[in-house]
Amino acid sequence: MRGVIDREEVLHVARLARLKLREEEIEPLARELSAILDHVSHIGELDLEGVAPTTHVVEVTGALRADEPCESLSREVALAQAPAVSGNGFSVPSPQA
Amino acid sequence: MSAAEIIELSAAGAARKIVAGELSSEELFDAYRTRAAADELNCFTWVAPERPAGVNGDASAPLAGLPLAVKDLFCTEGVPSQSGSRILQGYEPPYTATAVRRLRAAGASLLGKTNQDEFAMGSSNENSAYGPVLNPWDRTRVPGGSSGGSAAAVAAGLAPWALGTDTGGSIRQPAALCGIVGMKPTYGSVSRYGMIAFASSLDQAGPLTRDVTDAALLLRHMVGRRDPCDATSLEFPQTIELPSAERLDGIRLGVPAELTGGAVGMGAAGDGMGIEGEGIEAGVLDSFRAALDRAAQLGAEIVESVGLPHAPHALSAYYVLAPAEASSNLARFDGVRYGLRSIDPTHPEDLLEMYERTRHDGFGAEVKRRIMLGTYALSAGYYDAYYGRAQRVRTKIAEDFASAFADVDFIVTPTAPTVAFELGAKTSDPLAMYLNDYCTVPMSLAGIPAISIPCGLSDGLPVGLQIAGAAFSENRLLDAAYALELALGFDGSAARV
Repeated sequence: MRGVIDREEVLHVARLARLKLREEEIEPLARELSAILDHVSHIGELDLEGVAPTTHVVEVTGALRADEPCESLSREVALAQAPAVSGNGFSVPSPQA
Repeated sequence: MSAAEIIELSAAGAARKIVAGELSSEELFDAYRTRAAADELNCFTWVAPERPAGVNGDASAPLAGLPLAVKDLFCTEGVPSQSGSRILQGYEPPYTATAVRRLRAAGASLLGKTNQDEFAMGSSNENSAYGPVLNPWDRTRVPGGSSGGSAAAVAAGLAPWALGTDTGGSIRQPAALCGIVGMKPTYGSVSRYGMIAFASSLDQAGPLTRDVTDAALLLRHMVGRRDPCDATSLEFPQTIELPSAERLDGIRLGVPAELTGGAVGMGAAGDGMGIEGEGIEAGVLDSFRAALDRAAQLGAEIVESVGLPHAPHALSAYYVLAPAEASSNLARFDGVRYGLRSIDPTHPEDLLEMYERTRHDGFGAEVKRRIMLGTYALSAGYYDAYYGRAQRVRTKIAEDFASAFADVDFIVTPTAPTVAFELGAKTSDPLAMYLNDYCTVPMSLAGIPAISIPCGLSDGLPVGLQIAGAAFSENRLLDAAYALELALGFDGSAARV
């Protein structure tokens, strides 16, 4: 496993991450990401056969609360920080455009 | 009391004076507010415009109106909470983080919000959209990060104490570089509700203070019952006690060669760190060795045979796991509900274009790098090779610590491989910057508590000693740190501005 990421892959990942990149940002990112991936690829050398993954370090069980109605933010407060509001909701450009 | 006398009090010391009627909480708040408002180190992104109504001289509240500086990423209702990012410029949340609410309920007053690396991603505070913080020991140097504003404010006497967060070292490393105390508690012991998330399985709030007693006092009021708003929070099994130990008799301190460059065996500086020739600075090692000698004089047994064989891989695992979680957490910043929105004037009606432009314009270079890295590591075809493996390395690291703590009480290491470095020295090399976290990341991956205390100076700049213990060993850890602090007698007054 050796992490090398080229221009095409940078553009693909940027698309997945919903990040626009300027032309001059692409090559430096490819270089930096390759260097970082090359470094972290050292974990490929370890024998991890049969080792369980850790997603969370502390055991938490029964963390769900009772599903009871309670007060939530008012519509006015929830919309107060929105970049654009239309009527009672967040206003966005059309997804169909 | 004069303002100069007030500033020299520790937080616990100021609380005692208030209870004794020798100082009013109004005087205390005003003294710090004046200093914070005149901040020349860029520690603060917001300072309370006036004394809040809550500061009423109520000496019966345990924190007696003590002013508190809070890292910007904690949501504070009606007060800017920008997480060091342009994408949240001017954002005022509709609610307050649980950790801040608990401290307020105990009598703390919000003094200001502190500068930080954007979304807590950084080790120098140079990734803030609001400019770098300067180290009060030497203004040409970084304060560390990501809680750099909190650390510098406490060191400079612009705040009596501060809240920070630590994902891979973001409390401990700036505390070390600024010559103060910083503690990352056991994962889950402080609610993450209202902390603008970076890497949820690692993020943990903790105190940055002038001494160990203050760290215990602040932490006491942060932990407690499970927070129903954070499903990963835990009820802390004890009360945090103020430390009192003066000796370390019978305490076994493990010095793992993997994180200390063979410090005890007098190995040459630079040995032992294994990865790409980077090592621990000679001056840091000298100071670390001297601290171990003091610990031995206090009765501690120094155990060199303890190993953390997987620790050299911790940084690699961390720089897969943390960016992966960040790429998911930061997906919420899309220009829809809060924060910045950027529209392409030639395509004003294109939703995808709006998302991509907003995130391009709103995020800084390091945040973009980590989003890209995390998205890559989680993407089809790479998941098992990176994310899956990193999670398995995490298991091995936790097992290493578990075996170590069967033999020793605590693990001790230098907190950071170097003292504070010059502004700009590492900004062009992401990997060099990441190596700052070499000694702190293993504890984060294992979720165990660790504290950094100042242990001396190297070339006039502070060196931090890290002490780590098993989960929920905070009281014993604070006691050991306190005994060492007394013996080391570090004087941080030179940093007061």
